[in-house]
Amino acid sequence: MTEFFAALSDPNLPFFRYALLTGVFASLPFGIIGTFVVVRRISYIAGAIAHCVLGGIGLGLYLEKAVGVTWFGPMQGAVVVALLAAVVLALVSRYASQREDSVIGALWAVGMAVGLLFIARTPGYVDPMSYLFGNILLVSREDFLFVLALDVVVLVLVGLFYNKFLAVCFDEEFARLRGVHTGWIYLLLLCLAALTIVLLVRVVGIVMVIALLTLPASVAGNFSRNILQMMFLSVLFCAGFVVFGLGVSYSLDLPSGPVIIVIAAAVYLLLLSFSRLKQLAGRQ
Amino acid sequence: MSGASSSQAAIAIRDLSFSYDTQLVLADVNLEVNSLDSICVVGPNGGGKSTLIKLIVGLLLPDTGTVRIFGEKPEAARLRIGYVPQYARYDPQFPISVFEVVSMGCLGGSFTGRYSKEDKDRAMESLRITGIADLAARPFSSISGGQRQRVLIARALASRGDILILDEPTANIDHESELQFFDLLTELNKSMTILMVTHEVGFASTFFKRIACVNKQVVIHPTSELTGDLIREMYGGDLQMIRHDHCCSSEGHQHD
Repeated sequence: MTEFFAALSDPNLPFFRYALLTGVFASLPFGIIGTFVVVRRISYIAGAIAHCVLGGIGLGLYLEKAVGVTWFGPMQGAVVVALLAAVVLALVSRYASQREDSVIGALWAVGMAVGLLFIARTPGYVDPMSYLFGNILLVSREDFLFVLALDVVVLVLVGLFYNKFLAVCFDEEFARLRGVHTGWIYLLLLCLAALTIVLLVRVVGIVMVIALLTLPASVAGNFSRNILQMMFLSVLFCAGFVVFGLGVSYSLDLPSGPVIIVIAAAVYLLLLSFSRLKQLAGRQ
Repeated sequence: MSGASSSQAAIAIRDLSFSYDTQLVLADVNLEVNSLDSICVVGPNGGGKSTLIKLIVGLLLPDTGTVRIFGEKPEAARLRIGYVPQYARYDPQFPISVFEVVSMGCLGGSFTGRYSKEDKDRAMESLRITGIADLAARPFSSISGGQRQRVLIARALASRGDILILDEPTANIDHESELQFFDLLTELNKSMTILMVTHEVGFASTFFKRIACVNKQVVIHPTSELTGDLIREMYGGDLQMIRHDHCCSSEGHQHD
């Protein structure tokens, strides 16, 4: 761990400080949106959006390198496609209630397929691994600014519409009968989730998005009496997992994404077994 | 309750029919519920009770015919209805306090959905009316079935509606809670029109002025007419224990 702190203050390793700062500030949307995803039970929708993001990344790479569009790169592609996927999924949940899971599964796979096709047609070598498994050490100043912007957007919108988000997650039908435009609120929630997922792809990669979105919130759920508490704890746990995971990955020279996920999952499992034991002890 | 609204029927359904895809669920439904009426909706499972409720609150639209709430379309009159769904459909792990659930009744007042001081007072007042003010800070998941039912009624009261619509509220609550529950309804009926869905006719007959039997068609009976024959007709011979009521109030004998 001492090398970790030495690395943090090393002026030759600025990427390390960016990684850490990005991780800590990104925990805010991860924790808040993760809480909604967990209580509304839509982690499979988050998974579908995450995998669609590869389609956007592929499109961005292709436009940038093959067509020569300078203002549209993988990051722009990811944001556009993630938002598009959010809109499609919101429409699907409204109009195709019986076949919702099939449509989500199809979207999940098609997003990836399109991304890989674009990458195949992009000149030069592109390693899809870094998108699939992420690398927080590669975050740039631009990414960090994206994180700060997302922090503001999530805090303002969730702060303003908190009661409506809560009502739509807890009891959508009742919210509708109280005159809440539940379709729009749900769409807004999915769009915020989409932006958060783009960021998560950067940090832990497409494959592990669901884990970092849901594990901190699930851990926090164990200690929380209401959603506000759950969000707050979830942000803290998420930041803890990212910082500790980065430290461990640096010390042991292991990839950061998987280390973060394994730590988060270990804490979750420990907690589950602990509360189960307490239940059993309480029964005797 | 304003004077203008009491001259109109609280709920008026005319020549309504509704089908899911090709299956006809409700046909030729005519129903009029006056202000301060109390009506109980009974019928076999799959007979269209829940569909009728969804049509009244505007969650479904009829194929033909009209639904009017105080003369307005359901979508426009939604805020005048306090709705109490079945509590069993809630996620037991959802972290939310009783007070937060009840506050939801005040949604719809503003664009952002933030609660004013008045909203919070109203939510607290509703908790007092339903006799569970001391549970306000408790997690919704930690209280009993009967208490949860009261929370959902308190939430509907916080809406300050003129009509209270309840969907099978007595399912899964014990006998004593059920007695208290009907005392509460009697009190609320002094200022609100009450429409309740149930599949157990027993108790219903002691409280409600009229009974609507829903089995594709809707037939209204004053409670006093509720006899074994009628119930056999409704349920096709599959009977439960029925309590008859022979001391109906005068409104109970009206016939549409």
